[in-house]
Amino acid sequence: MAPDSPEQAVELTPDGTLTSEGLREELLKAYPKKSRRKREKQFVINEKTVNEDGTVTLPQIGANTRTIPGILTQRGCTYAGCKGVILGPTRDIVNITHGPIGCGYYSWLTRRNQTSAPNDSDANYMTYCFSTDMQDENIIFGGEKKLAAAIQEAYDIFQPKAIAVFSTCPVGLIGDDVHQVAKDMKEKLGINIFGFSCEGYKGVSQSAGHHIANNQVFKHVVGTDNTPRSKFSINLLGEYNIGGDAFVLEDLLERCGIELVSTFSGNSTYDQFANAHMANLNAVMCHRSINYVADMIEKKYGTPWIKVNFIGAKSTAKSLRKIGEYFADEKLMEQIEKVISEEYPAVFEAQKKYKPSLEGKRVMLFVGGSRAHHYQDLFGELGMKTVAAGYEFAHRDDYEGRAVIPDIKIDADSRNIEELHVDADPDMYDSDKVRDKWAKEEKGYTFAEYDGMMTQMAEKALVIDDINHYESEELIKRVKPDLFCAGIKEKYVVQKMGVPCKQLHSYDYGGPYAGFRGAIEFYKDIDRLVNAKVWKMIKAPWDE
Amino acid sequence: MIVPEPAKSDHFTATRNACKMCTPLGACLAFSGVEGCVPFLHGSQGCATYIRRYLISHFREPMDIASSNFGEHAAIFGGQTNLEQGLANVIRSYEPAVIGIATTCLSETIGDDMPMFLHQFTSKYADPTPLPHLVHASTPSYSGSHFDGYMEAVFALAKTLAEKGQTQATLVNMIPGVVSPADIRHLKDILSDFELDYVMLPDYSERMDGVSWDDYQRIPEGGTTVDELKSMGSAAGSIEFATTHHKSQTAGEYLASACDVENHRMDMPIGIAATDRFFDALEKLSGKATPRRHQMDRGRLVDSYVDGHKYCFGKRAILYGEEDFVIALASFLCEIGIVTVLIASGGKSGKLLENIERVMPDPSVATVMDGVDFEEITDAAMDMHADLIIGNSKGFKLSQKLDVPLVRVGLPIHDRMGASRIVHLGYQGTQYLYDLIVNTLLDVKQRTSEVGYTYI
Ligand code: SF4
Ligand code: SF4
Repeated sequence: MAPDSPEQAVELTPDGTLTSEGLREELLKAYPKKSRRKREKQFVINEKTVNEDGTVTLPQIGANTRTIPGILTQRGCTYAGCKGVILGPTRDIVNITHGPIGCGYYSWLTRRNQTSAPNDSDANYMTYCFSTDMQDENIIFGGEKKLAAAIQEAYDIFQPKAIAVFSTCPVGLIGDDVHQVAKDMKEKLGINIFGFSCEGYKGVSQSAGHHIANNQVFKHVVGTDNTPRSKFSINLLGEYNIGGDAFVLEDLLERCGIELVSTFSGNSTYDQFANAHMANLNAVMCHRSINYVADMIEKKYGTPWIKVNFIGAKSTAKSLRKIGEYFADEKLMEQIEKVISEEYPAVFEAQKKYKPSLEGKRVMLFVGGSRAHHYQDLFGELGMKTVAAGYEFAHRDDYEGRAVIPDIKIDADSRNIEELHVDADPDMYDSDKVRDKWAKEEKGYTFAEYDGMMTQMAEKALVIDDINHYESEELIKRVKPDLFCAGIKEKYVVQKMGVPCKQLHSYDYGGPYAGFRGAIEFYKDIDRLVNAKVWKMIKAPWDE
Repeated sequence: MIVPEPAKSDHFTATRNACKMCTPLGACLAFSGVEGCVPFLHGSQGCATYIRRYLISHFREPMDIASSNFGEHAAIFGGQTNLEQGLANVIRSYEPAVIGIATTCLSETIGDDMPMFLHQFTSKYADPTPLPHLVHASTPSYSGSHFDGYMEAVFALAKTLAEKGQTQATLVNMIPGVVSPADIRHLKDILSDFELDYVMLPDYSERMDGVSWDDYQRIPEGGTTVDELKSMGSAAGSIEFATTHHKSQTAGEYLASACDVENHRMDMPIGIAATDRFFDALEKLSGKATPRRHQMDRGRLVDSYVDGHKYCFGKRAILYGEEDFVIALASFLCEIGIVTVLIASGGKSGKLLENIERVMPDPSVATVMDGVDFEEITDAAMDMHADLIIGNSKGFKLSQKLDVPLVRVGLPIHDRMGASRIVHLGYQGTQYLYDLIVNTLLDVKQRTSEVGYTYI
């Protein structure tokens, strides 16, 4: 039921005949023993146990484990997470894909991340897709020289501030040392050049690529510009400006009087990253993709982080207030309240308009590493019920909350990804901030806290990690949800079965959906999609 | 210190905004044209995901591609275990008739011995239930483009499945190359009108441009059946649209050499001259005259050439895309009096220039570039005073920069609806392209005219 009343068990179908247990068993039955054992762990029923002390124990879910070969996954590769997701939205770093042509081509502006340079003359390389386009001879004799030449060329054309090099699968195999090439060319050209060992096979999904990207950006860029920032300054981490979300949030924060130093990485620039450590607070949107940077900044500079969510009007208000509370400044908090009260009437208006035709409808969300959670807020505001959800590439903490992190087993795939060792910076570490943090914590303010998706979901809702083709089809067939949220790979198959599918990676054609304005936009789009006439035209008269 | 490779004359070392896609993408598209076939990429999962997403955004249809999902271990020690596990799972969950396996750059670099792996898999599992046909196309992307991958997969299908047999006089193999679902449907109509039996390879006309489903379809319906593939070896002849392919034999050449099926290899039939050659071959193979409706199509096309001549004569066009496709388009544009000033392709068969020289009466007007990317095309196009650009969606930036309209044809088209429904081939396809081109030119003329004519 609505996330607010989790004690009521979810109703999968309107007639209530289908139980979560029965459905789960039906779906798992088809697997051979070994695959079943694996899928069982990733396919759970959200049964919460309330302990004596009032805390809630969630069922354990299997996540971030390798997809079984031959099973159709939604997941992409490490390279996609690194180049496409994290570095892609930054406009003034020239990205060079080191590898054969496809990997670069397919990640060429395909995510609908937007950018807006203040002036026409400002650098924007996002529409460029550089690739070393390796050929036979590079595979045989190595591609380092070609890479160096590509860097030189990129420099000659653009003289950018920075160049980033991304390794694809064959590169790791032939042993090209991209880091050495980057280092040499950095010395030669005098601009910042760094490489990423983000070969697709390295991790189980995009997630490994996020981590690798976080590490390198932290190591090579963050902390290189010490220009001081104002008192109420923050970084927004894990917001990628899909459909223009970041534009809405930039405006919102500005009106509240909060200075945005950097966004990782929607509508971002190299200089923002370089200066990010000077902000006074890190606000984390997508926990999965970016918590590493938040942690590393805290360790090195003492800047604390909080979890926020700007998807959904209620969550937006809550997040703004949480930032206000952190800075504990009367005037700032007043201003935040003022902005919220300016925005809310239109939100109420829109809810009144769209809720009646959407209330009670059942939604499934299988997407990303945070969106399958965040968007439940928006659906909740429309009175729609999330009956099943899961992430494509998240880890257990994104489902069960950060409290489980110490219990997460590190497997060979995760060990593959470097954990940077970070120490406090002798000059820049801000102990005052840390003391202030402790004081606030004592008063009940929570930092670095994320409870995950499952706490918020209804009792007995289905939680499915790395859902595959077979499972999503069976779910659709048996549950017939009113809306399915996924990505473009799933969109058409879902819609062939007569169920509308909203793309929550790229927002289809739409967006922005963040903040108050975005929420209204989202209500409107969902109404248009779910209640479109076409769903009733599928059956021809002669089929009746 | 690693010293950069010297830039090759005016060619850039790096590829900036490529004008080609990768080899396995082409193979997957071809495999999707076989009934009950699941395309399978042997390599890491990212390639399958990217390629699915790309093909899906063009066709707006489901596209399943399985993968053997390499991890670090497989990348180092080879992917035999992954392959076997992957195939077993695909067989279990899809019950496919065929699995079309393409090897990605990763498994190609490792040098996985696919024939051996597949042989071992087959001997291990073939009993008691027969396995689906396993067809392997070797598709390293570091040698070739999506076009080569497509051709390689078509070749592999014919080679693996066609059986030599008693010649069937009315049976024709139709091997069309990289074309749209609507093209395939159109070709089928033409063949039927000639009362020929045919095997269309590949045939994704339904699968990649389908209808809503009553019941869930694990593998969407449609495609060349295995029986049809087998019968290709006993056809009376093959018609194959393939101009530049050079890597291995083409499917048609293979059928000619291995099964004695006469191959009619020709350019894609775009424009009157090329389509005439196609219909000529059909007349020969069927022993029938061109049916009246196609004669009428041709007649109307000629008639419209005459009517519209004043609008397109002397206009200047830029063309890019697969080599075979631009050759066919260049020949067509000559017919209608449009001067093709730039012909470019990301492909690199080494045969583009000679073929352009063959199809264009005066090739000296055109700059011909192969193995190029969009930045090179843009540089070359800057002072060509083009009126028109013809190619896929990726030329949008070029069109914006030159402020010249882009006529979208070919693959990929992910910024417009209806890519699957574009007919490029035959008299009808040419007619569609012709009207589209002329109307695009008229639109510019009208919009840039101060008078604002509504009557042109
Ligand atoms: S590695 Fe090769 S097959 Fe995979 S996406 Fe890149 S170019 Fe294509
Ligand atoms: S080759 Fe590797 S890096 Fe490139 S798309 Fe495939 S999995 Fe990703």
